[in-house]
Amino acid sequence: MSVEKMAMPQLGESVTEGTISQWLVAAGDSVNKYDPIAEVTSDKVNAEIPSTFSGVIKELLADEGDTLPVGKPICSIEIEGAQSVVRKPEPSTADGQAADNHSDHDTSMKKRYSPAVLRLAQEHQLDLEKITGSGKYGRITRKDVEGYLAHIPTQAAEKAVTRKAAADHLSMAAQLETAEPAVNRTTAPQNEAGDHIVALTGVRRAIASNLLRSKHEIPHAWTMIEVDVTNLVNYRNQLKNNFLKKEGHKLTYLPFFIKAIVAALKEYPRINSTWAGDRIIEKGSVNISLAVAAEDALYVPVIKHADEQSIKGLALSVDELAAKVRENRLSPEDMQGGTFTVNNTGSFGSIQSQPIINYPQAAILSIESIVKRPVVINNMIAIRDMVNLCMSIDHRVLDGLITGKFLARIKGLLESINSENTPIY
Amino acid sequence: MAVISYIEAVTQALDEEMSRDQNVFVMGEDVGKRGGVFQATKGLYEKYGENRVIDTPLAESAIAGVGIGAAMYGMRPVAEMQFSDFMLPAANQIISEAAKTRYRSNNEWTVPITIRAPFGGGVHGGLYHSQSMEAIFANVPGLKIVIPSTPYDVKGLLKASIRDNDPVIFFEHKRAYRLIKGEVPEDDYVLPLGKADIKREGRDVTVITYGLMVHDVLQAAEKLEKEGISVHLLDLRTVYPLDKDAIIEAARKTGKVLLMTEDNKEGSVISEVAAIIAENCLFDLDAPIRRLAAPDVPAMPYAHPLEQAFMVKPEQVEKEIRDLAEF
Repeated sequence: MSVEKMAMPQLGESVTEGTISQWLVAAGDSVNKYDPIAEVTSDKVNAEIPSTFSGVIKELLADEGDTLPVGKPICSIEIEGAQSVVRKPEPSTADGQAADNHSDHDTSMKKRYSPAVLRLAQEHQLDLEKITGSGKYGRITRKDVEGYLAHIPTQAAEKAVTRKAAADHLSMAAQLETAEPAVNRTTAPQNEAGDHIVALTGVRRAIASNLLRSKHEIPHAWTMIEVDVTNLVNYRNQLKNNFLKKEGHKLTYLPFFIKAIVAALKEYPRINSTWAGDRIIEKGSVNISLAVAAEDALYVPVIKHADEQSIKGLALSVDELAAKVRENRLSPEDMQGGTFTVNNTGSFGSIQSQPIINYPQAAILSIESIVKRPVVINNMIAIRDMVNLCMSIDHRVLDGLITGKFLARIKGLLESINSENTPIY
Repeated sequence: MAVISYIEAVTQALDEEMSRDQNVFVMGEDVGKRGGVFQATKGLYEKYGENRVIDTPLAESAIAGVGIGAAMYGMRPVAEMQFSDFMLPAANQIISEAAKTRYRSNNEWTVPITIRAPFGGGVHGGLYHSQSMEAIFANVPGLKIVIPSTPYDVKGLLKASIRDNDPVIFFEHKRAYRLIKGEVPEDDYVLPLGKADIKREGRDVTVITYGLMVHDVLQAAEKLEKEGISVHLLDLRTVYPLDKDAIIEAARKTGKVLLMTEDNKEGSVISEVAAIIAENCLFDLDAPIRRLAAPDVPAMPYAHPLEQAFMVKPEQVEKEIRDLAEF
């Protein structure tokens, strides 16, 4: 035995309620399915409501004249012999899937920024790392940012004003003031479909941070001279075949250049120095950092005490360090203690470059390609082997004058090279 | 102020306009003696007579065509399509003639017709009595499409439509007819066409919708308010041409936008709303634009459980808003 409820039926397409005008049954009456039990009127129709069940009317839930919304129970009917079937609503598959997806998706959204959040962060120079996200999976919402801004209204406003002033006036001081935080607040570019993502190696990360530091801290100045190395080229051509036979490795131009640079460094120790905030330190040793390119990285191993080595010794050192880089055998000691950097950019065909100083040194020099060029000598045109030497300096430590003298010295040494004054051993 | 139903507001607007302007007349299937299948024109036949309340044959193309011709000659016809589902035979008249006459004649001829049509589902009406037709007409420049949500809007917008000098399609949600009641001033007032209306001010989530769904949102908003979620609700009222400024402003307000329609999702009116927001509000958006609409199936089913499955349900509205608020 079970009790079922009869509901107010829908009596027309726009009808949402009905008025019971007359009950045709009373409590205790037996009814068969489809027997009329009540008359109902709406503003569209008058109709009799048929019973949905066979059984005994248990209770009338509305009086004549009552207006009930569609679907509201009007009476209950006791049905004999029937089990009350309570239908359990099955969870729909759609809902089940949704729930599953939910748990799958439980990764942090902390760093997924919406356009609104990014715009606000940029406008107010905010570090989003400092804001706690209240959104799903820790996402920072627009309201979080707005709330954060409301919390620090004066500070944020002041900052915004300074930034604006800086942008407006482009004054040196304002630029310097903004230069530092720029490092931190740079937001990473977003990748687009089809882009290839390259994970950073430790080396790449170190290169990036060293170069960024150098560029941001050191006021770079740059200069270049042209050197006639025809004598050097001739001299080396005389030597190279014998040298290879005897020593087992090639004699390149590089040791000659290093030799000249080291000699000049000894004469101008200010070049071989470092900026130490409140003083300048001229280094006692001359340790030449040598930029050596690997496939996807740049290493700067050091030739220690380069001033104590012959051209042959330097050639050997260069060769060894290059081999270590190629074979990935560099030790931390190989990389330490450099006081001046030489970069052999000519090895890949460059004829001019603006090297970034190897922090915390005071200068870097790059040797460009040796090329044959027509030059004027004694009012006559001659074909000579020419090379450009490019040099970046820390302008806090060095000025144009000393740099010019230093380079002129190197030029003088290189241009006067001959078998008499430049022994290999 | 009297509280009247949505359909009573229709009748009141028609009555007032007919008594105000001799050129206004009503035509359609069963609109005369019967007072309309939904009783929207109840009492008008008795009051204004058979010359101004005209029962037509079952020929929608003729209803529209006769109305357009009369309108071009200076009358103000209000043509009723018994169900919006039956409008398609008249589509040629509406799209190719009514919408284009002013343009084609370089402003010499205008078509000040109002075409009323009950639309919408959830009334156990099955395939031919439940459709939403607005998207079919919502890319025809020259037309205006009005879909009011409250009795107050019905009266003000229907009167404005009748007085407008160009064709207006006026869709009335048939489930709203007797379900929605509200205060309506007895005096003469009009509401501007082409203007959306903020039905609720809020801070967390913007909902943009129209028609009966406005009420689903209002109910959900009441409930969510207790959870601390504040809903901003924009009622489009005119779905073509859209009130772009209001849409942009509402979307910017919270940066989280839920768009709702009872129509099939793809190519619906809210798809265009989504495009407007995407074009104008990128840097204000804090969440993807979401759409809640009927599935892309051919028609509203007759069987009750299937009809329910087709319709957007109040629980869904609540859930979508909550999801967006939490996003």
